[in-house]
Amino acid sequence: MQDMNVAYDTLIPNNVGLSSDKRVLKALEKWHPGYINWWNDLIPDQFQRSMIYLRTAVSVDPKGWAKFDYVKMPEYRWGVLLAPQVEGRTIPCGEHAGQPAWQDVPGEYRNMMKRLIVIQGDTEPASVEQQRFLAITAPSLYDMRNLFQVNVEEGRHLWAMVYLLHKYFGRDGREEADDLLRRSSGSEEAPRMLGAFNEETPDWLSFFMFTYFTDRDGKMQLESLAQSGFDPLSRTCRFMLTEEAHHMFVGETGVGRTIERTCQVMKENGIDDPYDTDRIRALGVIDLPLIQKKLNLHYTLSLDLFGQEVSTNAANAFNAGIKGRYHEHRIDDDHKLTDATYTVWDFEDGKLVRKDVPALTAINMRLRDDYTRDAAGGVGRWNKIIEKAGIDFELKLPHEAFNRKIGVFADKLFDPEGKLVSGADYDAGQTKWLPTHADGDFIQSLMVQVTEPGQFAGWIAPPKVGIDNKPGDFEYVKLAMA
Amino acid sequence: MTKLIDFQTDPSKYRHWRVEYDGPIATVYMDVDENGGLFEGYQLKLNSYDLGVDIELSDITQRMRFEHPEVKVVVIKSGKDKVFCAGANIRMLGGASHAHKVNFCKFTNETRNTFEAAEADSGQKWIAAVKGACAGGGYELALACNHIMLTDDSASSVALPEVPLLAVLPGTGGLTRVTDKRKVRRDRADVFCSIEEGIRGKRAQEWRLVDEVIPNSKFDDVVAERAREFAAASAKPDVDKGISLPPLTRRIDDNGVHYDLVEVEIDRAARKATITLSGPATEAPGSIDEVTAQGADFYLLKLARELDDAILHLRLNEREVGLLVFRSQGDPALVQAHEDLLLDNKDHWLANEILAYWKRLLKRIDMTSRSLVALVEHGSCFTGVLAEILFAVDRSYMMEDEFEGDNRPIATITLAASNFGQYPMSNDISRLDTRFLGEPEAVEAAKAKIGEPIEAEEADALGLVTYILDDIDWEDEIRIFMEERASFSPDAMTGMEANLRFAGPETMETRIFGRLTAWQNWIFNRPNATGPDGALQRYGTGVRGDYNMERV
Repeated sequence: MQDMNVAYDTLIPNNVGLSSDKRVLKALEKWHPGYINWWNDLIPDQFQRSMIYLRTAVSVDPKGWAKFDYVKMPEYRWGVLLAPQVEGRTIPCGEHAGQPAWQDVPGEYRNMMKRLIVIQGDTEPASVEQQRFLAITAPSLYDMRNLFQVNVEEGRHLWAMVYLLHKYFGRDGREEADDLLRRSSGSEEAPRMLGAFNEETPDWLSFFMFTYFTDRDGKMQLESLAQSGFDPLSRTCRFMLTEEAHHMFVGETGVGRTIERTCQVMKENGIDDPYDTDRIRALGVIDLPLIQKKLNLHYTLSLDLFGQEVSTNAANAFNAGIKGRYHEHRIDDDHKLTDATYTVWDFEDGKLVRKDVPALTAINMRLRDDYTRDAAGGVGRWNKIIEKAGIDFELKLPHEAFNRKIGVFADKLFDPEGKLVSGADYDAGQTKWLPTHADGDFIQSLMVQVTEPGQFAGWIAPPKVGIDNKPGDFEYVKLAMA
Repeated sequence: MTKLIDFQTDPSKYRHWRVEYDGPIATVYMDVDENGGLFEGYQLKLNSYDLGVDIELSDITQRMRFEHPEVKVVVIKSGKDKVFCAGANIRMLGGASHAHKVNFCKFTNETRNTFEAAEADSGQKWIAAVKGACAGGGYELALACNHIMLTDDSASSVALPEVPLLAVLPGTGGLTRVTDKRKVRRDRADVFCSIEEGIRGKRAQEWRLVDEVIPNSKFDDVVAERAREFAAASAKPDVDKGISLPPLTRRIDDNGVHYDLVEVEIDRAARKATITLSGPATEAPGSIDEVTAQGADFYLLKLARELDDAILHLRLNEREVGLLVFRSQGDPALVQAHEDLLLDNKDHWLANEILAYWKRLLKRIDMTSRSLVALVEHGSCFTGVLAEILFAVDRSYMMEDEFEGDNRPIATITLAASNFGQYPMSNDISRLDTRFLGEPEAVEAAKAKIGEPIEAEEADALGLVTYILDDIDWEDEIRIFMEERASFSPDAMTGMEANLRFAGPETMETRIFGRLTAWQNWIFNRPNATGPDGALQRYGTGVRGDYNMERV
């Protein structure tokens, strides 16, 4: 073991009394060097040495959670921060609803809880791994900085989960924390736990789509864990949500700026037909139908992350009170769901049907429906941009049956409207519904690094406002010499 | 049944038995007081028995060993005219909860095993002199004796009528001993176990159900003669005088049971009892004669008696306590010195009896259907016979390294030669052999450490404990384990533990406690036996049980 000799309270902003917590300190001392190695091996060296204008959370109060300054990423202060404890908080759902929230892991649910935390924790470093080469093609210093901000915060979210494992799950927890660094996105040896997190993020439009759609799944999971009866998990997730909001902002504005630039270039060149893709692409911007295809892909991949529509695992977690529903505290019911039903999709006699099932078993489905509503908001705002430009095109979330690998729709062929189609129809439609390799090549051709402050690659518009209200030509990244 | 069941008794309190001592021969008369049932609602007619009757028998077997070592032959007879023993009381069984029935059967089985093994363990041979009807549990009582004599009066018979009469099994070893011990041919056993009236006279002997059939007129004489012959042939050394087993110092309150050396602390909310064993307060006696002089005060005997009583108390009186946690505190060297004294004097009757008692007691722990866990804490004294507890439990946790603010001696385990065969399990091999069934080399590795205090890391490497935990993890890991354990279904736990504990060879004993008991407990849960129209409920009404005829 490397002797870190670290003043942890200084190095790791925290509100959990880290320096006096022998259990966690001992565990962290062993884990921390591995984490730093992981980070150093991951991000290309040039960027490790660059000064980046990053937001650091040093405390959970409004003044402390967003401190901006230049920092080299390996020196970033990954903190362990929990939302303040709410006096008298009770378990919000399930058979223990109304009892005082657990401050320690109840032995009965230890394994279930550990599994949830490990799955959540596994996604955090995975996305950093998926995005590791993107900085090389960053369309601006502003975007490069946002990428790194997302990356360090995913890193911090890993810390948050590792803290819970170290603090509350003893020896097993330490082993799981080590395994979070052992697994790696796309690895054959030890891949990340969820399929969607083993795909490389090949370009910036994918990154924006990922942060909009896939990080939103993360948000929904965090929202339901924020409702946990295990108070430290709830408090951790509540604070993570404040940061997750920024990732979604990066995604929504990133896609929005791409759309805005496309519309602008179309207008400047007198193109009204959004399907005149050859001409549009020749102008170096991404046509709206391709954006729809990317949307179709990322939305449906993200839907798969919610698991089976009818799930006993989800029912068990809800009933145990360790995972609630989205905004559980605002829902007006008994929070036990002993007799309630919920309507889910099913596939019977060759067609899709709506079916009432016990609400307890449909927890995943309900969260997925909440997700869809949440995801629809940004799509509406993107359409406003198109509408304002006077182009006749509307982006749409595809039907949830389309392109699914998990759940009742898996292994069947649906078009984006949710219509069951033949293999031939699917093959014929596929190139219109999902990005092709040629589409990928085209997007890749636009990916060039722009490092001049205030300058942007031709396929994307500048943001309306700078980060931390900085002016347009602000040097968000002081690049080290390559 | 909320009444407290007390396993402590002595001859002055017996209601159902009397014992006559005559030099090397003792005669035990079963003479059950009809109105002396442990609970309301039934009469103990025809020398039928309930748990109260069996507690007295258990006391007799124990005192026979310690207080009457001069006895070489024990004759068990009926104190009533026309009946030897009618077995377990049916009305009692009909009215008892499932849990009580199961515990009752387990205890009676353990008592039968004790007097059956008395011949091999200490040269006390039990023989049954059967006059009158000897049915069901009555014949099982005889079966556990190592010689059965039946009078040929054309009325006395031996029988196992449970199946035809009650739709349950002869569950106190009956079925097993007929085939395994008496080696009755299986088709004859099938006939025997299917008929209510049993088998009389010569045929009983032909079929190996009894050893001797004796004309009624000569019966008492032949029994007396046989007892004298056996006594004369006994290899048991002559012993002048035993030691006395005075009542235990015991206090039972809401929080648990408190003895001198054993402390049972009950946490009902956590469904847990913590059993703390104290090491000896003084040096071991200098000689085995001093042990005899100390008698029941000798550390390892006193500890065994207290622990035995505590386990029985928890089994019967604290049924919702699902987890027994064993701790010990004391000087391991002193514990070992006490055991060594016994091991060095194995041929001395008292040393032998105390060691045999620990063998029985450890089996009783093995057989206890609660989750068992041992905590090897700093200052503990798990050595030799007490280390055996670590191999009896389902899991063990050991403290690793120093704990802040804890100045007790660092936790160690010390093995002794006794851990390698002195205290076999019911499968007749040692707990370490059973533990390391797939790695016999691990037994050898452990053997090489005899006498060395083994600290956590090494104990872990040797496979002697489940987990070692340091200061930081200890409290939380154990809390979480115990909470998790308490949340599981007690039935599934009992089944799982019973299956995992007894790896290795089958013996008659494992078959009794495994196969026979498990089937019996299944039948006890089936309506054909215990439902409102089942045979147990209808017994005595003249109406047969109404059976569901589906074979399962």
